[in-house]
Amino acid sequence: MSIILILFCVLSFITLATAFLTIYSRNPIHSAIYLVICFFSIAGHYLLLNAQFLAIVHVIVYSGAIMILMLFTIMLMNLNNRNDVHKPRITRLGAIVLFILMCVVLIGIFINSKPIVGEYISTGEDYQSIKVLGKILLNEYMVPFEFASILLLVAMIGAVLLSKKEKITK
Amino acid sequence: MNNILNQIGIENYIFLCVILFCIGVFGVLYRRNAIIVFMSIEIMLNAVNLLFVAFSTYHQDAQGQIFVFFSMAVAAAEVAVGLAILVSIFKNMNTIDVGKLKNLKG
Repeated sequence: MSIILILFCVLSFITLATAFLTIYSRNPIHSAIYLVICFFSIAGHYLLLNAQFLAIVHVIVYSGAIMILMLFTIMLMNLNNRNDVHKPRITRLGAIVLFILMCVVLIGIFINSKPIVGEYISTGEDYQSIKVLGKILLNEYMVPFEFASILLLVAMIGAVLLSKKEKITK
Repeated sequence: MNNILNQIGIENYIFLCVILFCIGVFGVLYRRNAIIVFMSIEIMLNAVNLLFVAFSTYHQDAQGQIFVFFSMAVAAAEVAVGLAILVSIFKNMNTIDVGKLKNLKG
């Protein structure tokens, strides 16, 4: 076993375990913290695949912005004492059965389809530095890039409008 | 430069991402708290992003990573609007249990 394979196994274990604990833990704040660890390990996967810029962006956007937003919302709602929701047993059983079935079906598809995995080529040319990514983003994907900015603007306006206090007009 | 997938193999990434995606689906089905449901959706998005990057390395092509940028932008927008909606639901109904939000049921 090479050191990279060991690193991959450790990172995968952390990712899966923290993702499961996110769902399983009762306290929403614990879930959020487990999710942060999960996102960091996914950034580690990106680093392992040599996509440095993506790893940095992932840490900034997911572990930074999105998780702070979620933690703020959780603390705003003060959910700590009202998370003892009684779930019907049939719901839990259904969820677990569906999880196992979905895992079996998806993994079975990928095992049985026998994908044609060719040789792992390495062309040697640079394809994931910031320079190359920026060139592709602003040449070939110019229009989607602008649409993404419009989408973010609309989302910002929508979030502000939704969370603004309504004036009571009577 | 050696391809990193020589030592790991694309199949391992496929299995990891499938299991991660299934965990996300499990979270959506299992939990009633709307914020945890949101987190599960994030987990599913991340599983797909990771597979995009793995195949981008496999093909030695940058287009997969560009897709990941766009999906990150969409995820950020989705979380901002969704959490605003959740806060206004909480202000009106004083709960975010998805089992109790059935005013539209008639």
